[in-house]
Amino acid sequence: MARITKEEKRGGIISAALKLFSQKGFYITTIPDIAQKVGMSVGNFYNYFASKELLAKELLMYIAEYLGKRIREINEKDISTEEKIYEIVSMYFTMADEKPEMIQYFLRVYLSNREVFGEGCEGMICVSPFVTEMMIFFEEGVAVNDLHNQDFFSAFGLFMGYLGGMVFLFGEKILPEPLEWYKTSISQNIYNALKTR
Amino acid sequence: MHSKQDKRPTLLWIQGVTCNGNTHSFLNLPNIDQLLSKFRLLNHPSLAGEYSFEDMLTCKFQCDILIFEGTYDPLMKRGGVLLSKIVQHYAQTAGNIIGLGSCASFGGMFKASAPERNSGLIFNEEKEYGPLLKYKAKVINISGCPAHPEWISYTLSMIAAGKRVQVDELHRPIELFSTLAHHGCTRNEYFEWKVDTKAFGEKEGCLFYQQGCRAPMTHASCNKILWNEVSSKTRVGTPCFGCTEPNFPRQNLFSTKTNMSIPVDVPLGVSKRSYLTLTGIAKTFHVKRLEGKLIDYKKTD
Repeated sequence: MARITKEEKRGGIISAALKLFSQKGFYITTIPDIAQKVGMSVGNFYNYFASKELLAKELLMYIAEYLGKRIREINEKDISTEEKIYEIVSMYFTMADEKPEMIQYFLRVYLSNREVFGEGCEGMICVSPFVTEMMIFFEEGVAVNDLHNQDFFSAFGLFMGYLGGMVFLFGEKILPEPLEWYKTSISQNIYNALKTR
Repeated sequence: MHSKQDKRPTLLWIQGVTCNGNTHSFLNLPNIDQLLSKFRLLNHPSLAGEYSFEDMLTCKFQCDILIFEGTYDPLMKRGGVLLSKIVQHYAQTAGNIIGLGSCASFGGMFKASAPERNSGLIFNEEKEYGPLLKYKAKVINISGCPAHPEWISYTLSMIAAGKRVQVDELHRPIELFSTLAHHGCTRNEYFEWKVDTKAFGEKEGCLFYQQGCRAPMTHASCNKILWNEVSSKTRVGTPCFGCTEPNFPRQNLFSTKTNMSIPVDVPLGVSKRSYLTLTGIAKTFHVKRLEGKLIDYKKTD
């Protein structure tokens, strides 16, 4: 049987921790819980991450890089801004559906336990790959005259706040329809709100 | 009049459509006498030369160095003689031709009245175009609005010393135009930590984010070779207007064009993605020392 590399074990910890943190919360989840889920000793766990807080930051960067990479792929496509919005919404909802722990972690751990992410994750440092791609998306949208030129955060909040809110409602099982069902109308709403006037 | 043994190179300064800005700039050169002593000045619009301008218009003379100041307008006449005739005559035998200022280099400010017809000597903005294209190997452009007197001095001194002036793709001396106006700016610390200036003329803050400063994308040595030997635009709190570049003059010189708060132009050679990543991180940190007025820094009372 092939030997599991250190990198694969590290990946296993990230995957397990994401699920536990997003289901049980940051404080209730313990390192023994995570170690048990990946089948390693608590002592060995510390060979990979020095503390629960450092692991939490690592997870945040992992998600930001994952999201940033997906959005970059969309940004680099030769399609209209309206189509890009649809693709970003689709990607985000698919991720919420197939990898709910990633979005839930963002909403339930990062945004709800900001004190954990103080030192080393100030401002946008740990979410930089994701925010940078959204900046590129907006800047290019204005440059090609598809989007109305306005303050970045006003536009960013409208876009991501809307998506985050929908995923939250979905997680709370309040939405009568699956996320997939809302893709077109939500994309259209975002485009209508941001497009050139 | 010169003696027959006078072997100094001859210098002729001719003007096209101009505001005299480069002439004025040149007159501010502290060692102007020393520099001019290396040449025989045939004629200059403001300095005494060996011959009158009328003599020059006869086109019966030759010069070793031709300096042309101003935008070239092929329909313009000087003293009843077409500028094109004067320029072609002296360019033909000159060993070096200097396009002085942004107008002579790229068309500049005075191209606006006839943007298709008027141009610099060998460029219309970035495009090769102009009356002296066939002599382009001899042309050195010292762009700037105006050109810095020390840049003129450097170029003429090199020519007088018989040294070759290496030029960039726009024929500007590399020695003077290989760095950006940003290089040597005293506000660089504010740029690093993304601290904006609050108003014009302030000592504190960077002028790039709000006030249209073009220094990070403008080839010039204004912050290395200081103006009047002491200062520069950015040092006194005025943004760089990018006056040495072919796209000068631009509009809205005092504001930074942004799309969704993001600068449309980022520092030369840096990808927008990299720049935004770095900016996002730098903005996170608040350096108290850079956020207040310098006069209040460590004030005890």
